Amino acid sequence: MSIIVAEGLVKQFPGEPRPAVAGVSFVVEPGEFIVLLGPSGCGKTTLLKLLNRLYEPTAGRLLIGGVDARGIPVTELRRGIGYAIQQTGLFPHLRVAHNIAVVPRLLGWARPRIEARIDELLALVGLPQSYRSRYPRQLSGGEQQRVGLARALAADPALMLMDEPFGALDAITRSRLQDELLDIQRKLHKTIMFVTHDVEEALRLADRMLVMREGQIVQFATPLTILTRPSDPFVEQLVGAEDALRQLSLMRVGAALTRRSSRAESTSAAATLPPLRLDDDLRTALAQLLSSGGDALPVFEGEREIAQLTLADMRAMLRRSTVAAPTALEPTR
Amino acid sequence: MSYLLKNWPYVGTLLLQHLWLTVSALAIATVIALPTGVLLARAPRLRGPVLGLFGLLYTIPSLSLLVLLIPLLRLGYWPAVVTLVIYAQLVLTRNVVVGLTGIAPAVIEAARGMGMNSWQRLTQVELPLALPLMLAGLRIATLSTIGIATVAAFVNAGGLGTLLFDGVRSSNPEKIVAGAIAVAALAIVANALLRHAELWASRGWGAA
Ligand SMILES: Nc1ncnc2c1ncn2[C@@H]1O[C@H](COP(=O)(O)OP(=O)(O)OP(=O)(O)O)[C@@H](O)[C@H]1O
Ligand SMILES: [Mg+2]
Repeated sequence: MSIIVAEGLVKQFPGEPRPAVAGVSFVVEPGEFIVLLGPSGCGKTTLLKLLNRLYEPTAGRLLIGGVDARGIPVTELRRGIGYAIQQTGLFPHLRVAHNIAVVPRLLGWARPRIEARIDELLALVGLPQSYRSRYPRQLSGGEQQRVGLARALAADPALMLMDEPFGALDAITRSRLQDELLDIQRKLHKTIMFVTHDVEEALRLADRMLVMREGQIVQFATPLTILTRPSDPFVEQLVGAEDALRQLSLMRVGAALTRRSSRAESTSAAATLPPLRLDDDLRTALAQLLSSGGDALPVFEGEREIAQLTLADMRAMLRRSTVAAPTALEPTR
Repeated sequence: MSYLLKNWPYVGTLLLQHLWLTVSALAIATVIALPTGVLLARAPRLRGPVLGLFGLLYTIPSLSLLVLLIPLLRLGYWPAVVTLVIYAQLVLTRNVVVGLTGIAPAVIEAARGMGMNSWQRLTQVELPLALPLMLAGLRIATLSTIGIATVAAFVNAGGLGTLLFDGVRSSNPEKIVAGAIAVAALAIVANALLRHAELWASRGWGAA
């Protein structure tokens, strides 16, 4: 059964000329990681808040887990949906442990179970146990966001709504948390609706991306489809599809390999894919990488695997190409 | 000073009377101000008119208010307490409103989004966060109530004001000084205690 079914959802704020969400319909299956992407003010946050009924729709119908959301008592509905926001909304007067325990307490969990859960979640988001007794203002912005993530996960909800939850994090922590989140999602089969402004983050996390503009859905498809077959110039520009892909198609795998990534470890996925060669173009490599579901692809010379190609290599390549364009076109060897 | 030392049992009785007037008036005022403040925080439209009314009452001189209440409540404890309750209302209610409306919207949204009902939100999130400001209001109201309560002697409600009025009537400066010292001491102690309570309410998490 689909976990979310939205039919013609509209949210019109009083006194606003246009509806913030202007009739959107979509279906999300359990276990999907959906990323909402779109320019500022396009209605991403509003759509998310319609899902946990922080806003009631002006029109349309919403089914959560096959049940009309209006038929579920609103507090019960929300306790079953994890919610994390960029401003974190941590309770300043409660210590970290208590912040994390809010929903389990509302659900009436027994004390030992709550304590064990707090331990588990702190470890999961990479915070030391000593942070239990800190107040939010004693944490950095990034640490607060991690507590926000732990809090949203606390009662192990099947559905999580996350509104730019990693906005305040540095690139390293962000990518670590992205990994953790993907891991959690795959292991625990969670459904996640994740808002971001960051295209790279979207491409990395999404099973499917929901691209919005002016309150409407312009494309709802896999990252690969969005990159290779954007539905219109707006999407193309938003995800930088044209630019990046055109560049990638001109670059060779061999040029993107760096010494760092050439320490090949184990060959994982991609056994069924055609082997990647040094003189293949990066656009092909990207398509293979995305469809393999792995983090790296083996690169072959003859029968021998000589290196691993990662998304980071391609990203670095693109970045390098913008400063020194000609090197990108150099043939390998 | 010598008056104070010679007559300490009498001054002590007056001080206790004064304290009782102050404490009971503030207790009643708080019981009114808390729900009123919560209501005003949730209904912005009522805020202006109601706080305006309290402001208006606040500007009436205490002596005239007392005199106006005598026909209704006769002499003694009650007209004095009612007067003090009316005066404390503005500061107490306003600080409840400011405390509640000053909470970051993201915090309220998180509380709602996590499935707290409005009572849980009020008791677990909003009131604890507003508490430091509410106690600051209580402290200011306490100081002004201790001061205004001296006028209670005028309607035979007792308190340290008795010393001041007697002193003036009998041209006895010693009594006036003794009364003033006792009132000041009471105010200083109350201020210190409530300041502690304020700090305690935001210990660890507050900016103060
Ligand atoms: N409570 C509200 N009252 C009135 N208008 C609102 C309200 N919330 C949002 N809007 C309007 O609705 C539109 C969509 O807002 P929303 O917050 O959903 O955008 P967003 O896609 O999340 O943007 P961002 O990426 O900047 O967070 C905007 O034009 C905004 O001004
Ligand atoms: Mg938003």
